[in-house]
Amino acid sequence: MSWSFDWSWVEPTIAFLGLGVITLISRSFFMIPERELAMPDWLKRGLKYAPLAALTAVIAPELFMTQGEFIHTLRDARLPGALCAAAYYFCRRDILGTIVIGMAVYLPLHIGWGW
Amino acid sequence: MNTAVAAVRTTVRDPAFRWGLKDMLATSLGIGAWGLVTGVAMVKTGLSAPMAIFMSLVVYAGSAQLAVLPLMAVGAPLWVVWLTASCVNLRFIIFSSMWRNYFHPLPRRQRLAVGYFSGDVIFVAFMKRFPQQEPRPEQVPYFWGAASLNWLCWQVPTITGILLANTVPLSWGLGFAGVLALLGVLLSMLFDRASWIAAAVAATAAIAAFALPLKLNILVAIAAAVTAGLLIEAADRHLRRKPQVLLVPADGALPPAERERVEQGDVPLREERHP
Repeated sequence: MSWSFDWSWVEPTIAFLGLGVITLISRSFFMIPERELAMPDWLKRGLKYAPLAALTAVIAPELFMTQGEFIHTLRDARLPGALCAAAYYFCRRDILGTIVIGMAVYLPLHIGWGW
Repeated sequence: MNTAVAAVRTTVRDPAFRWGLKDMLATSLGIGAWGLVTGVAMVKTGLSAPMAIFMSLVVYAGSAQLAVLPLMAVGAPLWVVWLTASCVNLRFIIFSSMWRNYFHPLPRRQRLAVGYFSGDVIFVAFMKRFPQQEPRPEQVPYFWGAASLNWLCWQVPTITGILLANTVPLSWGLGFAGVLALLGVLLSMLFDRASWIAAAVAATAAIAAFALPLKLNILVAIAAAVTAGLLIEAADRHLRRKPQVLLVPADGALPPAERERVEQGDVPLREERHP
């Protein structure tokens, strides 16, 4: 709780407003100019893999890393949780059920057994 | 003012607005759990509850918020905070090039509004609903349906997490629900060999490059997956090429287009003299 007293409220407010502008500019970046910026055709085709890659890049470390290192043990509640969730997804194609099943496997192992 | 209200009313009443709501409903549970955990984590870095709520409402970018708060807690200069957030948000710049294909006919102010409210999961849902990257009238109400539910399902749990920061322990691992939601979305995007291999490459790259600062491992993973995807497409095209023989009368001329294909090795050329 230290810095909220050390800093005046002005500086974080400026920081947050700036961060909001960064959100706005980065998310609408190529939509800002009126005319389209020319992009090579191969790049346009390749970019269809970008969303998939970004999602994977967010998920993979969350599943397979602990404290910035690759997991050392299979006794980790995330692995059975994610495996059961994925299996359920391929049977039913239902994302809500995937979350529920995954958490139903994960929470008892994580809180109960401390995996 | 009245025209604005009327515009909102027609958008909300459009059937496409409800498709947007419906498509986001399944993932909203995971997004909500992630928002809750983010709210708790924001307060745990030492931010006061009113400032945390202000930040959540203004910034509206969970990964950037969590990346900059530890920096602000140690008193990092503003430019470091802003540079960090910009790097964490680089993937959105790539997404915006695809958003443009759908929304370029809109006036700039509306394009900016679309940009601000477009998160990762909305992007995926939108690309699945409209695989043809061209503008269609139902895309605008669809977007606002998806975006308004996504905003609510993020902000309400985040603010709840901020207010209940001392009663929701992070050790429960509730944030795993967010990972599972993204996992479900990701699995729904894997439909052919190229996308599976691209995902495997992205996962490997993201873990291998995890030590990079500013979450740049996400950018490395995108570059690796785009390269892999393009290589697989090129290889597939090469393998799928059917052997095809071009028959040309021996004294006839080869049309220029066919000559090019022969020279590139696409088609073997055989000259035969027929009576």
